[in-house]
Amino acid sequence: MQKKAEKQRQSSSPQDILKQLYRTMLRIRLFEEKTAELVQKNEILCPSHLYIGQEAVATGVSASLRKDDYVFSTHRSHGHYIAKGGDLNALMAELYGKVTGCSRGRGGSMHLSSPEVGFIGSSAIVAGSIPLAVGAALAFSLRKQDRVSVAFFGDGAVNEGTWYESMNIAGLRKLPVIFVCENNLYSTHMPVSECLADTDIHRKAETFGMSGYRIDGNNVIEVYETAKKAIDAARRGEGPALIECMTYRWRGHVGPNYDIEKGLRSKEELDEWIAKCPIDRLEKQLLQQGLLTASEIQRIRSELKKAVDDSAVYAKKSPYPDEKTLLDNVFKES
Amino acid sequence: MAVIQFSQAINQALYQLLEKDPEVFLIGQGVTSPWYVGGTTLGLVDRFGAERVFDTPVSENGVTGAAVGAALAGAKPVLVFPRLDFMYYAFDQLINHAANWHYMFGGQLSVPLTIWGIVNRGGEQAAQHAQSIQAMMMHVPGLKVVMPSTPYDAKGLMVSAVTDGNPVMYIDERWLYQTKGEVPEEMYKVPLGKGVVRREGSDVTVVATSYMVLEALKAAEALAKEEHIDVEVIDPRSIKPLDKQLLLSSLKKTGRFVVVDAAWQTGGVGAELSAIVASEGFDYLKAPVARVSLPDAPAPSSSVLEKVYYPTSKTIIKKVKETVVR
Ligand SMILES: Cc1ncc(C[n+]2csc(CCOP(=O)(O)OP(=O)(O)O)c2C)c(N)n1
Ligand SMILES: [Mg+2]
Repeated sequence: MQKKAEKQRQSSSPQDILKQLYRTMLRIRLFEEKTAELVQKNEILCPSHLYIGQEAVATGVSASLRKDDYVFSTHRSHGHYIAKGGDLNALMAELYGKVTGCSRGRGGSMHLSSPEVGFIGSSAIVAGSIPLAVGAALAFSLRKQDRVSVAFFGDGAVNEGTWYESMNIAGLRKLPVIFVCENNLYSTHMPVSECLADTDIHRKAETFGMSGYRIDGNNVIEVYETAKKAIDAARRGEGPALIECMTYRWRGHVGPNYDIEKGLRSKEELDEWIAKCPIDRLEKQLLQQGLLTASEIQRIRSELKKAVDDSAVYAKKSPYPDEKTLLDNVFKES
Repeated sequence: MAVIQFSQAINQALYQLLEKDPEVFLIGQGVTSPWYVGGTTLGLVDRFGAERVFDTPVSENGVTGAAVGAALAGAKPVLVFPRLDFMYYAFDQLINHAANWHYMFGGQLSVPLTIWGIVNRGGEQAAQHAQSIQAMMMHVPGLKVVMPSTPYDAKGLMVSAVTDGNPVMYIDERWLYQTKGEVPEEMYKVPLGKGVVRREGSDVTVVATSYMVLEALKAAEALAKEEHIDVEVIDPRSIKPLDKQLLLSSLKKTGRFVVVDAAWQTGGVGAELSAIVASEGFDYLKAPVARVSLPDAPAPSSSVLEKVYYPTSKTIIKKVKETVVR
């Protein structure tokens, strides 16, 4: 199944790719809306950082990745996991703290993992997984493989020293790593302008001898095309790239609320970005170009909705970890 | 005397320190946020301005170094970490620089820096949002470590930390923030290195840190009622310097010693206190020293696992009974 889907992806027509991008974004959106609902109902207890509004980034980047390429992620990782092909049931079960979860109920929302599809893990330490992506690329390049690794991170990660160190090592050794910055204009309660002396993040790439792009992160086609160019180049051994995707999280920093009631940002700003919804935008285009009809879209939507609803049923029914296993896996059995 | 919350007691201490000494300033993530540091900094930026109370980018290493540098230049920074887990990026500045500076240059310059780190555990936050690292801090020569458990001490120890003239690690727990107690309006100090007896008892000494003091008191009441075991509960308040005399004199009375510290067991606060008791209080011991701690595992997410991971008064009761039976 996976193999076939992958082959299809490689040799897809541009139309098929657009449809695929649409489905992936919608899958993420519906999953996140469900998560928001379940957090509100106290079904999900672990802190969940929602990806609603940013779907085009994970989707557009991952569309050019193979299963054996690695993705490293952050506290806001549901979208990255889904776009890389992670299983919805295992994701939802993880949010429920169940043993059937992708991290066996040990990680929760901030620590997802699905090594079988190349989603290596998400770290909740800001910038913490960026050097790991560099290291994976180092291993690939030492073995002369044509694999790439991707570090997803937020604008906040650019405040950390390890970001600069990682960029430098990657540039120095021309490693096949793509740095994807999701600039959603905020780091928790702080606007990016209060964090960075120079907010043109993409321009920092030049210092490290790599290409830097700033693109519309809500335009999935632009993300797809830019990422494809960078990924293909990295595969050919031409070194790393930094892609800064301008985007916005609709919900607050963590959980289903909007951070407007807390006075951290304005309703006008949020509305402006909701009007730039990446999914609506592609949907309009698909309809206009006659690639999908309204009823086909309806069908896709209900099919995906069902998969998401099913994941919640699966998660709820799944067993909790056995408390006797608390100390398992501190080390690998040797 | 006014009864206020733990978080308000910290707020009062910071307010008075900022007001009294222009060299004091407050930085770190969340000091201007309405929720990030549990309401401890409410109103401070409005009163003292964004020059002296400011939020920092997520740059823990650089920000800590800057705080150390400012302290070397005579300022008295209070640097907050909303979670201890985020502090590892700061370790180099704290351990190699802040803690060494006074010694390394023969005592010429000191680092009057308060590093305030908040333990924020539970709530299915998992391994990177739950850690208690007092033992690692206690291990470092040149760092003092305090752990208040009451609103009174929260204020008094903050004042002592900021005015001590050395790098002081102030560790508190979010689980304490809503607790209430009497706090004098005026500024006062709780001396570093002086513990207190929270409950007198004759059968067994229980030394507990931070939030676990409350669990130990709960356990002591239950043990008195149900088992007629009379527990003495000691709150060291500062784990470095440590009030050894208080621990040993209590042990002399009870002959039994249990340490309760909600952090990993191996190499923990309990290990250090046990070693002190074994070497300096050996003749008083009627039973082996016991430890209540976290197991040597990272914090799990699932609440089912959290329930067995975090010790409570029940865990303490069980340990005390085992100790007393001997
Ligand atoms: C080292 C560290 N410091 C602080 C935090 C607390 N924290 C969690 S997310 C976050 C902001 C991250 O902002 P950004 O990287 O822009 O990602 P976004 O949340 O916007 O997706 C902060 C400061 C942390 N997790 N790790
Ligand atoms: Mg951000």
